[in-house]
This record gives sequence, structure tokens and C-alpha cells, in this order.
Amino acid sequence: MYSILVFILLFIVWIVFSGKFDWFHLTLGIFSASFVTYFSSDLYFTDRTIGLLERLGQLYRFCRYLFWLLYQILLANLHVLRLALWRKGLKDVVPTIIRIKTRLQSNYARYVLANSITLTPGTVTLRIEEDILFVHAISRKAAASLDGEMERRIADIFERAKR
Amino acid sequence: MILNIACLALLTIGVVIFFGAVIGVLRFPDFYSRMHAAGISDTMSTISLLTAFALFQLHDLSWPNLLVVGKIFFIVAFISLTGPTSTHALMHAGYQRRNRPPVRKQEPDEDMT
Repeated sequence: MYSILVFILLFIVWIVFSGKFDWFHLTLGIFSASFVTYFSSDLYFTDRTIGLLERLGQLYRFCRYLFWLLYQILLANLHVLRLALWRKGLKDVVPTIIRIKTRLQSNYARYVLANSITLTPGTVTLRIEEDILFVHAISRKAAASLDGEMERRIADIFERAKR
Repeated sequence: MILNIACLALLTIGVVIFFGAVIGVLRFPDFYSRMHAAGISDTMSTISLLTAFALFQLHDLSWPNLLVVGKIFFIVAFISLTGPTSTHALMHAGYQRRNRPPVRKQEPDEDMT
């Protein structure tokens, strides 16, 4: 079931990258997509116990999360730009490292959280030790933005069923 | 016409953010905060520049042009995955060597436990 999904995704990537719709290239795409699926389809979705419908729900919630994240990135960008360009901004640069204990269980959810924190300007994840994240923040305001809202949303995407 | 204006606006935003990133890299006091300034050019400015390119492709709608738009969004996805990784690698290397900034523990919220 999942290998068919992997095949379809790979074939879509083939079509987007090749950009040709004649039969020759399409059959080449089918061949190579099925070849890659045969070799490495078990690499893509490691947790196969989740049903396809739940996957679709995750995808939908993940897209909604992406829009929220884009908005947060915009806000944080304006903050760091103000620090960089305004004359008074330099006073507010107070670099600190913050320890955050996360309740996310799976490695993938933790990875998404760390990547989102790093994508938001002003905060960078230094390291993850089990369930503790070391986050470097550039200013008080950037540190204050790590209030667990992001973690709550990620938990809502990936670990809704487990609660 | 509207497309052109939107493209120009997005390009201007991207260039201004890149400019701010350069100024930030020059002005900020230590290594870590400079990395933050470099990080803002990773995200918002590349996203807005590439979105401007994608919008410019939409002048004449045809399948190959739509595929080019798809490729541009693949680039956006790759950048938003690899940019944080490289930033994290640099800062982690710096953290392991020396010059550690002070650690402050943040009390977690009540509902986070």
C-alpha cells in the first residue's frame, strides 16, 4: 500500500523535473520510479502503522502549520531587521542560550520543532539531548517567542492520536 | 501589470532583507548573533525572491511554465531544509569549541508539562 504511494510521489517528481509529456519520457519515468520504489520504498515512511487517511490529515494540518510558520518567520524577520538597521537596536542584542524541555516523543516531530525554531530568525537550535533543546536566542524578545506555542502546534500535527 | 507590480514588490522586499542581513553581519557583536543575521537571509529573502520569479513565470500560462513554478518551489523547500541545517552545524561547532554564551533556564509553562 505504501509502496504505491511512494511510486506515485516519485512519478510526480519525475514529471515536474523532466517537463516532457511524450510517451518515451513517461515510460522512462515509470521504469525509473518503479525501480527506485523497489529498492528503497521502506526508507520513506518509517511508521507504517498509521493509516493513509491519518496521513492525509497530517498533511493537511502540516500545510496549515506551514502558513502559521511563514507568518511567524515574517514577524521574527522584522524584529531582527530592526535590531540590525536601527541605531538603538544594537542595545537589545542580548545573546542567551535557553534550555527547553519538550514533550514531543518521536524523533521526526523533534526534528520538525528544531528546524522550525532555526528557520525563525533570532533563534537557533544548538543541540538536542533526548528531550531537552538548547536554543540560542539573539534578544529578549526572540527568547520570549519560544513560549511553547510552536511545540503545541507540532504536537497537534503528529501526536494527536497518542494523547 | 498587477503581476509585474507584485513581482517588483517581492523583489524589493527580498533585496531589502538581504541588505539588512549584510548590515547585521557587520554590526552584531559576536559570532552567534552574526549567524542569526545570516540566517534571516536564508529564509524570508530567498522565499520572497523565488516567489517573485515564480510569479513572473505566470505571465503566459502553459504546462511547461507551471512546471518551472513547481521546480522553483522545490528549490524553496530544499533551501528551507538545508539553510537551518548549515546554520545549526556552524553554531554547534562554535558551541563545542569555546566562547559559550551564558545559559539561562526558561521555566516551562504550566500546560507544557
